[in-house]
Amino acid sequence: MITLNNIDKVYRTERVETLALQNINLDIADGEFVSIMGPSGCGKSTLLNLIGLLDKPTRGKLLLDGTHINGAGDRSLAKMRNEKLGFVFQSFHLVPDLTVLDNVEIPLLYRKIAAGERKKLALAALDRVGLSSRVHHFPTQLSGGQQQRVAIARAIVGKPRIVLADEPTGNLDSAMGDEIMGILEELNEKDGTTVVMVTHDDRFAVRTGRTIRLFDGRQVA
Amino acid sequence: MNIANLKLALRVLARRKVFTAISLVGITLTLVVLMVATAILDNVFAPGKPESQLDRMLFVSVVGRYSKDMSNTSPPGYGFLQKTIRDLPGAERVAYFTQVDTKVIYSGVQRIETQMKRVTPSYWQILDFHFIEGAPFTAADDAAGRPVAVITDALRDKILAGGPAVGRSVNIGGQSYRVAGVVSRVPITRLSAYAEVWVPVGAVAAELQGATGGDFNGIVLARSRDDFPAMKREFNTRVARYTNPDAPPGTEVRSGLDTAFEAIARPMLNNPANQNAALILRTIFIVLALLFMTLPALNLVTLNLSRILERAPEIGVRKAFGAPKRTLIAQFVTENVILTLLGGVLGFVFTIIALTALNHTSFIPEAQFNVNARVFGYGMLIAIFFGVFSGFYPAWKMARLNPVNALRGGAQ
Repeated sequence: MITLNNIDKVYRTERVETLALQNINLDIADGEFVSIMGPSGCGKSTLLNLIGLLDKPTRGKLLLDGTHINGAGDRSLAKMRNEKLGFVFQSFHLVPDLTVLDNVEIPLLYRKIAAGERKKLALAALDRVGLSSRVHHFPTQLSGGQQQRVAIARAIVGKPRIVLADEPTGNLDSAMGDEIMGILEELNEKDGTTVVMVTHDDRFAVRTGRTIRLFDGRQVA
Repeated sequence: MNIANLKLALRVLARRKVFTAISLVGITLTLVVLMVATAILDNVFAPGKPESQLDRMLFVSVVGRYSKDMSNTSPPGYGFLQKTIRDLPGAERVAYFTQVDTKVIYSGVQRIETQMKRVTPSYWQILDFHFIEGAPFTAADDAAGRPVAVITDALRDKILAGGPAVGRSVNIGGQSYRVAGVVSRVPITRLSAYAEVWVPVGAVAAELQGATGGDFNGIVLARSRDDFPAMKREFNTRVARYTNPDAPPGTEVRSGLDTAFEAIARPMLNNPANQNAALILRTIFIVLALLFMTLPALNLVTLNLSRILERAPEIGVRKAFGAPKRTLIAQFVTENVILTLLGGVLGFVFTIIALTALNHTSFIPEAQFNVNARVFGYGMLIAIFFGVFSGFYPAWKMARLNPVNALRGGAQ
C-alpha cells in the first residue's frame, strides 16, 4: 500500500541544512494500523507529511498504492490525496466559518458529487462518529473531543483507503483520547482502512499492530 | 462556485467586520465614480429621448481641408452636406442643424441668455421631442422663411410666464418669432437635440449655399444599422470626388460619416481622416478607468495579502483534502468578487444619489442623468472586473502556499 525506499528529507535554508529524515525504508500493507513514535523533532510529522503527499522527499522512492509519486504534478498529487487519503490533525484544523456539516463536506467538494449526495455522505460520516445532532453547529461551539470527531468524519467521508493521523489525541484528555482511539480502531478493524498514526503516547501505540520508532531522523525500530 | 463556498464567503465577510467595512468603503467609492461616468456616457451615447433612434443615426460633424499651405478643420458647411448626404442611398431621412448659438432675450428688465439651433424640417422626424404644446414647424414654414420657433418648457416658464405659449411672439436675439411649439427641456448630453430654441434654417444665403465649412452638422437616419458600412463607403466616395469651391485647386477634403461615438472621437483627435478615432477614444476611456481602479485595487490586494496568515490553516486543510491550486484560486477570487459585487450594489445606490444631486445643480445645464438596467449591468460588470483584477494576485499567492507550512499557520 505504502512503500518508502531509501527516503531522505533535507530542509535547506540559506545557511543551514537539516537532515530531517535519513534512509527510511518502510512498507505498510493494506489494512495495517501503524503507529509512529519518537521524541519531539525526530521527524515523525515529516514522515507522515511525506506519506500524505503534502511534502516531497529529497531523495529516495515513494510509492502509494503502486503509484510512483516522485515527479507527480500538483493536480495529480491533489487527486491522489483526495481519493486515497484522509487526514486527522492534532489541532483539528476545522474551518471556523463553516458548520460541522460543511466542514465534513470539504473533501467531497473536490470530486464531481452533487450537493444532495455530498450532504448524505457527510451526514452518514457524522452519524458514524456520533455527532448527528451537531451538524449545524460551528466548531467553536463544540468540545475538543467533538471537534476531533468532526475531523475524523471529514477524514473518512470520502472513504479513503488510508487515514493519516498526526497526534490525534495530543490535545485531548485521556478519556477523550480513548474515545478517538476507539474510533480509529473501529475504522481499521471494521472497514479495513489503513491507519498510520503519529503519537507520543505508549498506551495508544501498543493498541496498534506495529510501531515504527524514529530517532534523529533515523528509523530505529 | 458551490453553495458551501458562497456561504463561506459571506460568513468570512460577516465575521471580519472591520476588514469588510474598510474594503467596502474603498470599493464603493471607486465604483460610484466609475458608475457615474458610465451613466453620463450612457446618457450621451445610448438611445434615449429625444434621440431614441440614436443607434440608427450617423453624423457628419467635422470637415477638414488640407493643402500644401494650410490645413483647416471646422463643422461642415451647407454645400458640403448637400453634396455628400442629401440623397445618400440607405438613408430614411436626412437633416441638418447648426451648432448651438447663444442668443439674448429681454423679458421685462431681465436679460436671458438662451441656446438656439437652426434646423431643417426633417430634424423633427428624426428626433422624437415631447411636445407639450403645439407642433414642430413645417417644411412650408421653412420654405417660406417664416419666423417661427419651438422653445423648451423651461424657456417658456422664464419668458412667457402663465398661459399657453403657442401663437405668442418672442423676441430672440433682436428677431421676433412666433412660437409654434413647446417641448420638454433637453439635457445637454443629448448633443444633436440640445438647445432651448429651434428655428428653421430658412433661406441660406447664396454665398453659403456651396460652403464646404460652416457651422452645420448633418444627421442621417439609416433604415438599418446593417446599411452603415455601405453608406459610409458611398459617403467616402462622394468626399473623394468632392471639389472644394471655396479653396484653391489641389485642396484635399476629408470627413467622416460617423456614429454618435465616432462623431465625438473624430473632432477630439483633430484629424477628420482618422478612421481609428473611435478605437483610440475607447482605448483612452478604458485606460483611464483602469488607472483609476489601480490604486484602490492595490489597497485591496494589500488587505487581502495581510489575511493570508489568518487563512493559512484553512488553505492547508483544503490542500490536504485534495484542492488543486486552480480551484483554490477560483475560490478566493470568487470571495473577492462577492465583496466587490456588494460594493457594486452599494455603489449603484450612491450613484443614484450622486446623479440626483448633479441633476439639481446648475453645474451641467439641463442635466437629466439617470440610471437604468443597462448602467446597472455595466456597473456590475465593472465590479466583477475589479474583483478579479484585485483578487487574482492574493488568491494565486494563497493557493501556492506550501500545505505543511500552511497547516502550521505559517505563510512561507
